[in-house]
Amino acid sequence: MTLVATTVPRSPEDLSVDTRARRQLVANKARSERAFLGLTRGSALVVLAVMALVGLFLLIRALPAIRVAKFSFLTTQAWEPDVHRFGIAGIMTDTILIALVAVVIAIPVSLGLSLYISEVAPASIKRTLVSLVDLMAAVPSVVYGLWALEFLQGRTVGVSRWIATWFGWFPLFHVDGADPGNPVQSGTLYSASTFIVGIAVSLMVIPILCSVMRESFSQAPLGEREGAYALGATRWGMIRSVVLPFGKGGIIGGTMLGLGRALGETIVVILIISPVFTANLHILQSGGNSISGQIANLSPESSPFGTSALMAAGLSLFALTLIINFGASAVVARSRSGAVSDG
Amino acid sequence: MTLLDTPQTDAAGLGTGTAPAGTGNAPATQVRRKVRGVPRSTVRNLLGAALAGISVALLLTQVTALTGIFGVALVAYLVFVLVYGVLVSLADDAPVVKDAVMTVLMASMTVLALGALALVIGFTLARGWHSLIHLNTYTQDLSNAGPLAPLTVGGIGHAIIGTLWMIGIAVVLTVPLGLVAAVYLDMTRSRPSNAFRTVIEAMTALPSILAGLFIYALWILTLGFEKSGLAAALALSVMMLPYMIRASDLALRLVPGNLREASAALGAPSWRGELQVVIPTARSGLATAVILGVARGIGEASPVLLTSGYTPYINGNPLHGPMASLPFTALTLVRSGSPLLTERAFAAASFLLLLVIVLFVIARKIGGWGPGHLSDRGMRRVREASMRDAARYSRRLAARDGATLTTIPVAIPVANTGTPDDPNQETLR
Repeated sequence: MTLVATTVPRSPEDLSVDTRARRQLVANKARSERAFLGLTRGSALVVLAVMALVGLFLLIRALPAIRVAKFSFLTTQAWEPDVHRFGIAGIMTDTILIALVAVVIAIPVSLGLSLYISEVAPASIKRTLVSLVDLMAAVPSVVYGLWALEFLQGRTVGVSRWIATWFGWFPLFHVDGADPGNPVQSGTLYSASTFIVGIAVSLMVIPILCSVMRESFSQAPLGEREGAYALGATRWGMIRSVVLPFGKGGIIGGTMLGLGRALGETIVVILIISPVFTANLHILQSGGNSISGQIANLSPESSPFGTSALMAAGLSLFALTLIINFGASAVVARSRSGAVSDG
Repeated sequence: MTLLDTPQTDAAGLGTGTAPAGTGNAPATQVRRKVRGVPRSTVRNLLGAALAGISVALLLTQVTALTGIFGVALVAYLVFVLVYGVLVSLADDAPVVKDAVMTVLMASMTVLALGALALVIGFTLARGWHSLIHLNTYTQDLSNAGPLAPLTVGGIGHAIIGTLWMIGIAVVLTVPLGLVAAVYLDMTRSRPSNAFRTVIEAMTALPSILAGLFIYALWILTLGFEKSGLAAALALSVMMLPYMIRASDLALRLVPGNLREASAALGAPSWRGELQVVIPTARSGLATAVILGVARGIGEASPVLLTSGYTPYINGNPLHGPMASLPFTALTLVRSGSPLLTERAFAAASFLLLLVIVLFVIARKIGGWGPGHLSDRGMRRVREASMRDAARYSRRLAARDGATLTTIPVAIPVANTGTPDDPNQETLR
């Protein structure tokens, strides 16, 4: 900001000085003012340091394992750290698969939900709906986990069996050993699968997607909405031509945020899934894993090297979620103004 | 504005004895079109389509291998949407059909999501109910209740005490630090503060298990402390901190800029403006941020998993020995596989759920007030303070100028001010 002193002299004394010169602005802050600023800056630095320490300590603890495994850490599909045969290729694939299933389920639901709340719902129930979606985010993950274990799992076996029977030719939906001709085949083949975990995790990420999308939809300018209506658009026509294009950043950013959250989900995974260490691409079939679920099995009895290997897995999850979240907040921030409100 | 329409174009076609379409030059009687509420034809279409969907799905269960309530519901729903589109297309053209079908899709996604939420909450509370009605569930621990003990023996008291300790320590650590950091974000608008905000936003989605792993690496492996309630509280703090800062930052940003400018214009240094104008104005938003942060921290099991071992005993000392929390207890008990312990897991989960819902309702109640909203009592307090200020100014003026120049001739009753019918209030506002 450049402040140029006014050219109009205010008093006769001012005539002697060059009025075009740039005025020096030195804020002479009081000691209390400086102390307060220092205090706030200090606490921000403390927070920042804690956040940096998370990455740093994971890295320090992971180094012994990474030094041994080197590049094979990214390509090995096994987890036997004590014989130095371990890598995240298998469990990272399964982690991403769970997150993708969750997000694929969550995208249409949260699109419909957020569009309904921001465009369709009568004003009288809008606030209630927003509160309920927020409550959905506040429900503890262990509650979702218990529900998925005791309620959802038994009831999805029929759906899994049906999809595997009719769409088993598609590699993702294939189930090894599925025998459609055998009506009394046990359902265990279809339980403890990536699909079931994905459904439960989708319930946790729906509120995240929904709130980001809703915020971006509500910022679609009124003039263009009215313009669409004036040209004869139906409500859906207006949504498609105005709201969705304006909310594109929110849709992408919200989806990425949800993906980041889904990647780190632990409780549902360890409650439902029967762990495997290779990549199981058959999402309906029993068996899967996630890095967070793997870390949760860490016990004090495991060898220092095994612990270090888990730290390395944690570090890779940390890096992945951080990249996704930074990307997401960049996308969302570009579609949102950070201006202060003026009353 | 009145919307008038000739009856023959009315989709419902329920003209009340008016001239039929195309009868020469006779002026058609115009009836007012209903623009509010749901048209009867829409209701009829929806009902018919729903009926068709249910029947087709039930039929399919007989002739194909469709099993399970979810599969039946899915097929019924798909048929319903299809039939509804066809029914609307009988009376209207393509854009209206699209609009109707998309509206139904949006509404049904809402029903689906909220129905799932209701199912989760209802199922958990129903399963936990048997335990929650026994008083011993809250007062006893599981030390003398084996896997086969009835629900009238033992409880989740150890988990409740553990949760209180952990969340209490976490609140003491995170609330001051988080609020001051949020104030930093609010006061300085510079490149470092923007970078800080970006880091905080990215860290809000830090997987909670990594917070636990970090404390495990730092506190337990490196510094050599034992697993304890304190370590779990530290892990919860690392997880809650970014969340709280972000929510507080959003609350502070809602404070109107002209309030800050007004305080600066009155000559207040920025810290006074922050402490006496901005923070009190955003008080409800900040309280909501803290409560929602607590609600999030209280339900996390994964940071506790690595940092505090499970114990069935009540442990009142967060510095020493393993300590259980509510979500961690629910997780441990359900993983044991015993049916009776699963019941107890549901007791812990539903008690936790009720806690979270109570916190959430409180947060909504406070958060419903906009920035600067005051309760009746708060309003009275502000009025009284304002009265005292006015009295002080007039006293000071009187003392400075002596008895000769009393410029503010306001008679201020020092005691007993602020009653709603006090006439002096009007002069001071």
